Order: sequence, then structure tokens, then C-alpha cells
Amino acid sequence: MKLFWEAIKGLGITARHLIVNLWKFSLYYVGLSRDKGVVTVEYPEERRETFPRVRLRHRLLRREDGRLRCVACFMCATACPAECIYIEAEEDPDHPLEKRPRQFLIDLGKCAYCGFCVEACPEDAIRMDVHIPELAEYERDNLIYDIEKLTKK
Amino acid sequence: MVWVIIKAVVIFTWALITVLYITLLERKESALIQDRIGANRAEVLGLRLNGLFQPFADALKMFFKEDYIPPFVDRPFYLAAPILSLVFALVPIGAIPLADKLSIDGREFSISVIGSNVGLVLILSLLSLGIYGVVLGGYGSRNKYGLVGGMRATAQVISYEVALGLSLVGVLLVYPSLNLNEIVYMQNRYVLGGWVPLWGIILQPLAAILFLIAGMAENKRVPFDLPEGESEIIGYFLEYSGMKFGMFFVADFVEVLLLAALFTTFFLGGYNPPYLFQDGFHFPWGGALLLSPVWIRVIQFITFNIKLWIVVWFLLLVRWTYPRYRFDQLMDLGWKNLIPLSILNIIITAGIMAVIK
Ligand code: SF4
Ligand code: SF4
Repeated sequence: MKLFWEAIKGLGITARHLIVNLWKFSLYYVGLSRDKGVVTVEYPEERRETFPRVRLRHRLLRREDGRLRCVACFMCATACPAECIYIEAEEDPDHPLEKRPRQFLIDLGKCAYCGFCVEACPEDAIRMDVHIPELAEYERDNLIYDIEKLTKK
Repeated sequence: MVWVIIKAVVIFTWALITVLYITLLERKESALIQDRIGANRAEVLGLRLNGLFQPFADALKMFFKEDYIPPFVDRPFYLAAPILSLVFALVPIGAIPLADKLSIDGREFSISVIGSNVGLVLILSLLSLGIYGVVLGGYGSRNKYGLVGGMRATAQVISYEVALGLSLVGVLLVYPSLNLNEIVYMQNRYVLGGWVPLWGIILQPLAAILFLIAGMAENKRVPFDLPEGESEIIGYFLEYSGMKFGMFFVADFVEVLLLAALFTTFFLGGYNPPYLFQDGFHFPWGGALLLSPVWIRVIQFITFNIKLWIVVWFLLLVRWTYPRYRFDQLMDLGWKNLIPLSILNIIITAGIMAVIK
């Protein structure tokens, strides 16, 4: 008998959720209230604010004259715990004392988004996004970002 | 003959559209219970209407999914199972009166496909045949998990069939007829100065609860979804995909509709709204509203739908509230609680009827 009573109480709880949410959401749907009542975030139209410490895809920065800041020092590749940074260095033809990356690949499929590369970089050449989460691709190979993709605005 | 075919097409179309929207209600209701919104992306001509077209998108998806038949299955059984399960769930709906009989030029049309005099027996027998679909599905898949699901379904449905039938005996004692239409007529009487209708739920509250529980167990849905058991044994439709799985899935929802329709007919006064008689409304507070026969049928059909949706709403609420039973608990509930209670109900009802007579 006690069980029966508890069962009825359970029905009451779900019914209460149903009715309260229905009421709030109906008001919201017809525009009478701003309180949605439900926790759903309707993603493409609505976005949740990202947390302040979130780190997403990488960016390579340029200097004022348009050259890459990166000097191909391999600090980031060394610091990277996932070993997903591949750099090929070459001499900068215009500035004979400097190196620059001929190729700079980051495999975002392997990346752990730890941010060590950003901290390791002595030139402040690499940074990470904080609020654009769209990184999905249909093929894994597309997740290997090269200089062109990394510098794209 | 022509009329029967027309009625069959119209009524089964109605049933299938209702079933589609029961799936939508299930998605939306479960979502709101869990503080979500639920499917609302299906779009027709730029109209979303918060998901009103979702069932059609679902159906379309079902049709275009790959329909893979594993090479090891027992083909005849495997192919027959989903069809049997859907047909035996759908046909009993044809026996339920959706509105009163209509006489045109002295001929009587019943607003149901099968205007049978023994509708109740027909429905009960078809209901028990429905188990064949499930068992053959499990057996024909040649998969042990599927077979276990099928066996569980058999044990469950056969045990609860007893309770279901016995709970209806109480109803039959109060409304002595096997004709569903007459059962509905007899519920349209009023007591206490004409205020309270003599619906099944008022005369037979215990039977109503028992019928609902046993019916839900027949449905094989949570909290009695052991034959499906998504989390552990995956159940009798394990080897099915595409539209064949879709048929099992739809059969499930058709059974929800059937259970709700039966509950409405036996316990909620069927298609009659309160105070509606042969010639129109006669209110207990004195007013009367006379209507033409066709209008009365329309009102009855709408009333039937409203009552149906209320019961469906309740069934889904139950489905989204309780966790699943263990198998021995399920059998305990069926054999040790429901059946003794329904027998008790019969004895008490019979005693009271004898005293009144
Ligand atoms: S974020 Fe971490 S894992 Fe990703 S590239 Fe930088 S150092 Fe490597
Ligand atoms: S640490 Fe900075 S400068 Fe050095 S290779 Fe990496 S990105 Fe380039």
C-alpha cells in the first residue's frame, strides 16, 4: 500500500514537471515571457556562452609587416603532449638571420586542447580561439590544419 | 460491402494518423517531463510549428533506411512477424465504436469497421493473437537474444491476458452485453439527480485500475518492457532494421491507441460526452440542446478523440515515470496481485448485483 502511494507521488512529480514546463514554454513560444522553463539550448540559433578558460582551434598570428610571427623554434612541438604539431623550418630569404616555418601542421584530431603550445611559444605566434566551437569535419584528414588554414581569419 | 471498405479505409487512416501523433506526443511529453523541448526542427514550407510535422519526417526516415535481412534468419517467419504484429494490433481498433449507429433510409450504419455483436470477445481474441508476431520475430531471427525476448514477451502477455480478461468480467457483470455499442449505451445513464454518469470508472474503479495495469503490461512498454529490454537483451526485434523494425515500432504505438480506446469505451463512457442523449443534450440543471443526428455523431466522434487523448496522455505519463520491473517482480504483480484482485472484484460485483436484483 505504501508502494502504491509512492507510485502515485511519482506520477505527481512527472505531471508537475510536464505542466509547469508546458505552461512556461507556451508563454515563451507565443512571446509573452522570456523564461523558457526548459534547459534546452537550441544550438544553431542560440549559443551558450563559453567558459572563460575554454580553448578551441589554433591560430597563427602575423607581424605588422604580414610575415608569420612564428620563427620555427620547435618549442610548441616539444611542449605538445599529443605530439600533433609538425614543423619544417627554412631560412627566411628576406631576413637572412631568421628562420620561418615552411610547413606548420597541427592535427586537431590528435590535439588535446591543453594550450601548452600557446604557453611555450616565445614569440606569441600561436594562440587559441575561445568561442567558435565549430570544428567538425567529414574526414579526419581535413582536421590536419596547415599554415593557410591556421592563419585564416 | 463497398461501405465496409470505405469505412475501413477512413477509420484505419484515422487510426494511423492518430498513432503518428501519439509518437509526437510521446516525444514532446517525455521532453517536457525531463525539462527539454523535444523535436521541433521538421519544417514544411518554412513552417515549423514547434515540431508538428515531425511524425511525417520520422515515417519518411523509416521508409528510406536500409532494410537489411541477415543471411541466417528463418525467412518466412522473419518476414511474417512484423506484419502479424502490426495487423493484430490494428484490426481490433476496427471493432471499437467511434460514434453511435446512424440510420440512413432505414438502414443502420455502425461507425466502426466491424459492427459485431460480440465485439469484446473479438477484441480479446485478436489481442492474444498479437503475441504471434513477437514470438515469431524472436524465433525467426535465429538469435538467442531475440528468442529470449520473444519468450519473455510470451510469458508476460499470457499472464497478463488473464488479469485483463478477468478485470473485464466485472465490467460485463455491470453492463451485461458483449456488444461494445450497448456497453456504451448502458454507461449513458445518470444517478444522483442526473448529475453523475454511470461510467465504468465510477461503478468499477478497481477493474479500471486493474485493466489499465494489465493493458500496459500487454503493451510491452516501460515499466513492463522486458521483452524489449533495450539496456540488456535488446529483445525480439534485434535482427530487424528499416521498415520492418518500423512496423514493430508502429505496432507498439497502435497498441497504445488500442488500449486507450478500450479504456475509453469500457470505463469512460465511450463516445458519449456527459448528458448527450439520442436527440441532443439534456442538462441536469434543466436546459436542453436538441441536435440533428449527424451533428450528434460528429460531437460523439470528437468526444471520443478527446477522451482517447486524455488516456494516451496518462499512459505516456506512466511510461515516463517508472523504471522497469524485474522479471520475477513482474510475474508476482501479475499472478499474486492483479489476478486475485480481479477475482475479488468479480465476487464483490456479483454479490452487489445479486443484492440489488
Ligand atoms: S593545445 Fe596542447 S595538444 Fe594541442 S597542439 Fe597545443 S600543445 Fe599540442
Ligand atoms: S613555439 Fe611559437 S615560434 Fe616556436 S615553432 Fe611554435 S609557434 Fe613557432
